[in-house]
Amino acid sequence: MIEAAPIRHKFFTRGVYVLLAIALFGAFFAAKRFLYGIGAISNLNDQYPWGIWIAIDVASGVALAAGGFTTAALAHIFHRHRYAALVRPALLTALLGYTFVALGLMVDLGRFYNIWHPIMPSMWSGHSVLFEVGICVMIYLTVLYIEFLPIAVERFMGRVGLPGLLGSLNGLIEFLLRLFDRTLSRVMALFIVAGVLLSCLHQSSLGALMVIVPYKMHPLWHTPVLPLLFLLSAITVGFPMVILESIWASRSFGRKPEMHLLSSMGKAVSVMLFVYFSFKLGDMIIRGTLPWLLQPSLEAFMYLLEIIGGVVVPAVMLMSPKIRHSVPGLLASALMVVLGVVLNRINVFITAYTPVYATERYFPAIGEIAVTAGLIATLILMYRVMVMVFPVLAVETEADRAIDGRRDTQKGPPIKIAALAGRRNQ
Amino acid sequence: MDRREFTKLLGSMGLALVPGKAAASHPHGPLADGVGVLVDTTVCIGCRKCEWACNRSNNLPEEELSSFESKAAFDSYRRPDASHYTVVNEFKPNGEAIWAKTQCMHCEDPACVSACIVSAFKKRSDGVVAYDLSRCLGCRYCILACPFQIPAYEYDNAFTPQVRKCTFCIERLDEGKAPACVSICPVECLTYGKREELIELAHRKIERNPDRYVDHVYGEHEVGGTSWLYLSSVPMTELGFPDLGTDAVPCVTETIQHSIFKNFIPPIALFAFLCQIMWLTREHGNSDDAEKSDTVDAYGGGDEGGTAS
Repeated sequence: MIEAAPIRHKFFTRGVYVLLAIALFGAFFAAKRFLYGIGAISNLNDQYPWGIWIAIDVASGVALAAGGFTTAALAHIFHRHRYAALVRPALLTALLGYTFVALGLMVDLGRFYNIWHPIMPSMWSGHSVLFEVGICVMIYLTVLYIEFLPIAVERFMGRVGLPGLLGSLNGLIEFLLRLFDRTLSRVMALFIVAGVLLSCLHQSSLGALMVIVPYKMHPLWHTPVLPLLFLLSAITVGFPMVILESIWASRSFGRKPEMHLLSSMGKAVSVMLFVYFSFKLGDMIIRGTLPWLLQPSLEAFMYLLEIIGGVVVPAVMLMSPKIRHSVPGLLASALMVVLGVVLNRINVFITAYTPVYATERYFPAIGEIAVTAGLIATLILMYRVMVMVFPVLAVETEADRAIDGRRDTQKGPPIKIAALAGRRNQ
Repeated sequence: MDRREFTKLLGSMGLALVPGKAAASHPHGPLADGVGVLVDTTVCIGCRKCEWACNRSNNLPEEELSSFESKAAFDSYRRPDASHYTVVNEFKPNGEAIWAKTQCMHCEDPACVSACIVSAFKKRSDGVVAYDLSRCLGCRYCILACPFQIPAYEYDNAFTPQVRKCTFCIERLDEGKAPACVSICPVECLTYGKREELIELAHRKIERNPDRYVDHVYGEHEVGGTSWLYLSSVPMTELGFPDLGTDAVPCVTETIQHSIFKNFIPPIALFAFLCQIMWLTREHGNSDDAEKSDTVDAYGGGDEGGTAS
């Protein structure tokens, strides 16, 4: 059993102020959108109805939240219990990621107040790929909150004490928490499996979204196996996200990242990257699209950047035990995988998209970038709040401290590689 | 063992994703009873009265007839937008002017209908592709999906934006009248009628005047067929129309979708399979904490991490 506890740390740091500023800047443009319309802050038009709000906020957001289901599958379905310490942070990342996908959609949807329409049986549309994505994401978001409930129970059961008028609810909340405590552990396994299933379904369907535009998409990316490629890349990016988030959180809170776990994840990522790469390559050979790479064009450049920078290079880097076991090496390769998947989603939804009557290429407006950046900044801040309120991050044990030799309790300077190299041989 | 099964499952999932040859190129249409309009571009005189009638019939701005008499509109290529459901453009592929009217093609297997998350777009039994504003949530997937780039959006409307496109003048059709553009056309460039009869008529016209027309009825087979059909003296691609294949656009995605969700068997099978792994590996996990090194990869490291034994 992994012991986790809320982090005790100063909330406001220089980084937090920067994030707050970015969030406020985004909020300003979001407010403008709700007053004057999507057109007032974006470059979206009838040629390009979808921009970075879909490519980054939704498609990349969902892909990068895949750490939640891959880690849950690893620890709870494949029973690799030593990874249990990483499950809660990955779950929190997924929960926040999907919540912010929904928030991002509120800005992008013209009639955001109708966002609940797909739930209504009278409006169900089994033929629509987007319907499947929407329903799966809604159910999965619910499952994620259910998976998070035990953490809330652990934190507040027996300690509910709302002030003032809300005090009358104390008894009810306490009762619910005890009810959850008794029942959830018996059915949680089903929810975890359901979460993995739902993830596989909508991660792949996100790719199927663009299969419907054969005449408006560059052949480098348009393939009927897009759903499979999206699923594979989502599974691949799950662990790198866990690695990134673990190293960054450790740095910010002056802790030691769980390098022995993260490094072995890194090794698995290398294998998955090669699998993904072979599917990409095989698809290109079968469809005969390799010659497109030889033509000097923005598309060819973006494709190569995505594949070489986001797949091949990190795959090779992660093969090396030396890089895998060093914090900067692991961080750099994980970051490359994550950015590679984001670039893939941007390429599929934006770079590859060629309207029939395009007059100029789409590039996001400052308002679109500000809203997207603001959402990401708010998400990171929410993560910080959540790990300080809820027991998410694992408690560092006495053994960990002994191994590390020294422990930085206050501000976290860059982690010493030598200390970690020593640790890996334990 | 599990591993092999898993690979097999992935393989079969992959296969399911590749649409089979059995997939019909017309999952839904063409409709037996559908109506349509035949546009004979060799007859059009570019008077733009259809644009005016359309705006008036659909309560769109720019009501003055005189504003449509200006030929300045032909200086640049125009597309339909949120306040213009149809536009006429001028082309000079061989020096002589040819005019071509553009509007929603009312496809037989419309991409917008397939794409819509809440079925706000429907193909009516008379062939009209109709929009139901009350369902719409403004995701604009229809605009993305349309191979003719027709639906337009009100991007500057903060609270009540709509998707806008040619309505085929549904109200007029329901009253037994022809669409406004067809009724006003002074040279009978537009013919409204049953789609099947229009296709026959188009082919008769080509037969009678082989020198006047290219031997192709645009819209008869494009993307599975469209309710609006075009005749012209040059290929329609020279009049700004896209070069499209004969398969309906939604058939690949719908084939994928329906194979993944066939009677919900694949999802249920995957669920059961994952539960089985969970059950089979439950013992293994307890000893995992004691594992000596991190050289075993996260998924159990191939053969040495085999779980079933």
